[in-house]
Amino acid sequence: MTQLQTTEVPAAKNPSLAPPDKLAVTLIVNGVEQTLRLAPWTTLLDALRDHLNLTGTKKGCDHGQCGACTVLVEGRRINSCLTFAVMQDGARITTIEGLARNGVLHPLQQAFTDHDAFQCGYCTPGQICSAAGLLAEGKPLTRDEIREAMSGNICRCGAYPNIVAAIEQAMGRT
Amino acid sequence: MSLSAPTCIGASVSRIDGPAKVTGAAKYAAEYVAPDLAHGYVVTSRIARGRIRRIDVSRARRVAGVIDVLTHDNRPQMAAQDDAYRDDVAPEGAPFRPLYNDRILFSGQPIAVVLAEDPEAARFAATLLGVDYDEEPHVTDFLGQRDAAVAAPKGAFGPPPARGSVETALEAAPVRHDADYYVPAETHNPMELYATTAIWDADGRLTVYDKTQGVQNAHTYLCGVFGLKPEDLRVMSPYMGGGFGSGLRPQYQVVLAVLAAKALRRPARVVLTRAQMFELGYRPAMIQRISLGADADGTLRAIAHDAVTMTSRYEDFYRQETGWSGLLYACANASYAHRLARLDLPTPCDMRAPSAATGVYALECAMDELAVALNMDPIALRLKNYSERDQHSGDPYSSKNLRACYEQGAEAFGWAGRAPEPRAMRDGDELIGWGMATGVWEALQMSIGVRIVLSANGHAEVSCATSDIGTGTYTIMAQVAADMLGLPLQDISIRLGDSTLPRSPVEGGSWIAASVANGIAATADAIRADVLRLAQGLPHAPLAGAGPDDVELAEGCVVSRADPSRRTPIADALRHARLERIEREHLTEFAAPKLAHNTHSAVFAEVRIDEDLGLIRVTRVVSAVAAGRILNAKTARSQIMGGVVWGVGMALHEETLIDPAFGRIMNANIADYHVPVNADIHDIEVIFVDEPDAEINHLGVKGLGEIGIVGVAAAIANAVYHATGTRVRDLPITLDKLRR
Ligand code: FES
Ligand code: FES
Repeated sequence: MTQLQTTEVPAAKNPSLAPPDKLAVTLIVNGVEQTLRLAPWTTLLDALRDHLNLTGTKKGCDHGQCGACTVLVEGRRINSCLTFAVMQDGARITTIEGLARNGVLHPLQQAFTDHDAFQCGYCTPGQICSAAGLLAEGKPLTRDEIREAMSGNICRCGAYPNIVAAIEQAMGRT
Repeated sequence: MSLSAPTCIGASVSRIDGPAKVTGAAKYAAEYVAPDLAHGYVVTSRIARGRIRRIDVSRARRVAGVIDVLTHDNRPQMAAQDDAYRDDVAPEGAPFRPLYNDRILFSGQPIAVVLAEDPEAARFAATLLGVDYDEEPHVTDFLGQRDAAVAAPKGAFGPPPARGSVETALEAAPVRHDADYYVPAETHNPMELYATTAIWDADGRLTVYDKTQGVQNAHTYLCGVFGLKPEDLRVMSPYMGGGFGSGLRPQYQVVLAVLAAKALRRPARVVLTRAQMFELGYRPAMIQRISLGADADGTLRAIAHDAVTMTSRYEDFYRQETGWSGLLYACANASYAHRLARLDLPTPCDMRAPSAATGVYALECAMDELAVALNMDPIALRLKNYSERDQHSGDPYSSKNLRACYEQGAEAFGWAGRAPEPRAMRDGDELIGWGMATGVWEALQMSIGVRIVLSANGHAEVSCATSDIGTGTYTIMAQVAADMLGLPLQDISIRLGDSTLPRSPVEGGSWIAASVANGIAATADAIRADVLRLAQGLPHAPLAGAGPDDVELAEGCVVSRADPSRRTPIADALRHARLERIEREHLTEFAAPKLAHNTHSAVFAEVRIDEDLGLIRVTRVVSAVAAGRILNAKTARSQIMGGVVWGVGMALHEETLIDPAFGRIMNANIADYHVPVNADIHDIEVIFVDEPDAEINHLGVKGLGEIGIVGVAAAIANAVYHATGTRVRDLPITLDKLRR
């Protein structure tokens, strides 16, 4: 039998019971400037999903293990669950909602559709943002290098060969 | 939409839900919002067995933004009888009841849900709960319980009856192979976190957006647990971020979300963490003993298959691992046994191709070992024992083109170039191994309701309460409807994942495609008869005197099959009758099939293994599948490919590790629980062999969700043996096991 000790501390005397104060944060999301008041513990992912209702960016682990939350910050792909929103004050952020232009799918979105590069679709926004970041890096990539570079984005449905084919299409190879 | 020959069915059509998924517009269970939404964070037990003595919520409640903390002490009323908690696919036993009482049945059991104005406050407050337990000794060590395991009940999933005399035949057999094969517990890990959002409407009815493979199963369950009137509850799951079996039964977050919504009289959302999802169910660990006896020419004389699998203490979950062995190959003598080790863990649940992924793994590794002992080619051994009949029932198959799978798979793979001895093929520092295995699954169908609303403007809405868990159900439904109604694909819209729609079973077992496709065909027949009747009401009706079977719907018209120039536009027929639309809802039932009905596959795998490091790469897989008529070449290929990826994980990566001291899962995250990533997957070729089947159902459809994984782990394990000469019989095959 074990017992977990708990100590009664009145809230006022225990700062740990009071959530941290909110700060003003400005994010330029898909070209639109958004000023939010966020607690410092709010991740960029939660800011997008819960505060801006941009739920296209997905949460699959909240621990940087799955890539579902991948967005572009200043054009670079990052796991949005691993950065606090306040750390991105002033940054330009592109999410899956910002890739299509005037109702026309981004070449990667079209290629993912053409190649059936998803099933349930939950990893897909992260895959596409990650691929967009990869293409922006501008390196010529072999198929094995694409696989390696896309390995931070798990697809449990197992669409990997189609994801690689879609990225190759968007690279203009097919 | 041409005449007679279907043009949409079978075509390589891109998913109709694709645009929603690639733009982020598709909404999943945690993505519905309502004003005043309360956010729930779950607190789980850190002990595996015992009682909660006290939960101190005082500190948590004092966190700004916390609304309430629900525990078994203060939750709203829930049903008292086990029956209320027994969902459509519950195994025998007393189902787990979330927050019901102080009893702890497994580590990671939910014991409280903290409700707050924002998710961060809820998560923070959850760390402040003080919980005292009366801990009792627990047992979670599966291998240690092998001898204490009890016989599985003789229910629907119990072993099939034995035939012949296995012991005598084994003793008399000139060649024998006996071995134990181990499969660890595995966890589904769909990418979407389990979540439920429960929202009240103005009339006090509740809409529950849930991550589930069965909205109506969840609906019935919630009505029972909370004493709700069916019309006061609607369960929705239009998109699901993967299930793989984990969402067949209602999961506990749906109960917690409804509890929260009731307690607060506010909308509420509960999202689980990845770690918490490891306690929702898992593929049970198992030890399987296979004994094979054969003549020197490879003729099988005896098959014995014994399994010990794990279950919880409160429910007996088991599936028929052993029966596949006696089904697949011609053999006069077969026997089976299945025992259960009851542990202080949550109840296991179905996971992709439950029983076959594991049972056929053991059988097909054993067959490979027998081929080695016989000095026979593995395909030749399987052909020698090829069975044209279901070996349990003796019935012939409605269709079985496994032979073509072996032939076409071997051809595409280049099997003829295989050097039979182990370690005979290499490329630089890498040993190369080629292995193969057979796969088998059932071709099931379930009664299903479909509603079609055909509008005078040439649009049709087709609805059914099934789910699309990523399988492509939206798309195949639209394809079948387009052909049956003679409309272009873009004029069909599909509704699913809503408990108010016509009746559907849970999406599992590979039965939805066959069921819903035939359901749409049958409902479209009724629509066709209606349209014909209306068309015949027109003056000088070109189709006067025609019966429903004399016409078809094509090109937006009802058309005589005999003379396609005799036709009436559907729009004219409806408008003449002053109808804007016609609507039919039809429940399609399937008679118990008279013939045996299965899907089959032959899987070929190439591995490359670094001889010094033991690193294993699966560089090529060819999967040749016989599964009746393929409804969509593109999504079908993806289904099989996904199954192959799962097979790679099963063979090389996946293992849920349970610490016997704490009775707790040690790798409850997806960094330590390895699933295949992109770099692990190389070339996968999928072949669908022709398998016309006029018997199984009207459209000849058999289903594909499970067959893709079956046989893959065995083909890889056999390839690893061929590469190295080392036989690893416990999964996953990690490099340390090759180095031993
Ligand atoms: S949610 Fe960010 S990596 Fe998984
Ligand atoms: S499409 Fe389902 S996880 Fe990738």
